[in-house]
Amino acid sequence: MAELEAGATKGPQRPRPISPHLQIYRPMLTMMMSIVHRITGAALYFGMLLLAWWLIAAASGPNAYANVEWFMGSLIGRVVLFGYTWALLHHTLGGIRHLIWDTLHGLEPAEREMLTLATLVGSISLTLVIWVVGYMVMGGPR
Amino acid sequence: MIGERPNEMRTPMRRVRGLGAAHAGTKDFWHQRVTAVAGIPLTIAAIIIVVALMGRSHAAVVQILGSPIVAIIMLLFIINTAYHMWIGMQEIILDYVHEDKFKLATLMANTFFCFAVAFVSAFAILKLSFGV
Repeated sequence: MAELEAGATKGPQRPRPISPHLQIYRPMLTMMMSIVHRITGAALYFGMLLLAWWLIAAASGPNAYANVEWFMGSLIGRVVLFGYTWALLHHTLGGIRHLIWDTLHGLEPAEREMLTLATLVGSISLTLVIWVVGYMVMGGPR
Repeated sequence: MIGERPNEMRTPMRRVRGLGAAHAGTKDFWHQRVTAVAGIPLTIAAIIIVVALMGRSHAAVVQILGSPIVAIIMLLFIINTAYHMWIGMQEIILDYVHEDKFKLATLMANTFFCFAVAFVSAFAILKLSFGV
């Protein structure tokens, strides 16, 4: 009891023990992709503004729509859209991976590495496919 | 049975309510998964729609976005995504924002943002659909 009281009074001055954080762990693919899943999620969160802008412009009229088209067709607009495409696909594929893990499948060391690598390779390839198809079939954003 | 463990600290009422330490249960966790599953086909459909509309004239975009099937898919995509991103951003805020006032403010801003994005997008699609 005496120790408890002494500890309680000294408590605030003493640095509290903290659990180890990210920097002490060796970076691993699964860990990096877990972080990327959160970052892409947050990016897509704000990216939804682009979709809202596009839709409200289409509903507003040709002039408003021309402004969106001008932005989407600019270099910055295309870079943003390209990044948006990749983030959306990566978050979707990463989400599917997490749903598989939720069923307790694919958690063995080799399996989880393979699944994680597959989301990365898959999202990059699909992004390129969508943009190639977008430009070949539709002429892309212009 | 969990309740028969000698070191079980929870009371039966606690277990029945199933709310856990956060007093909120697993509702958000579960809803995040439901919207994730729904999001897979909706995201694929939305990507196809958006890519197919790139480079088309305003009149064509209005006509296609306003057609029932496309409008319904886009509405479902937007509502589902808005709820999914609301839960996700709330989780990020609860992980990183610890100061009470700032936490409440950011949680509130999250709700406003998601609601605004969903409402603006849904309104635009409905306006295109009903052609007013």
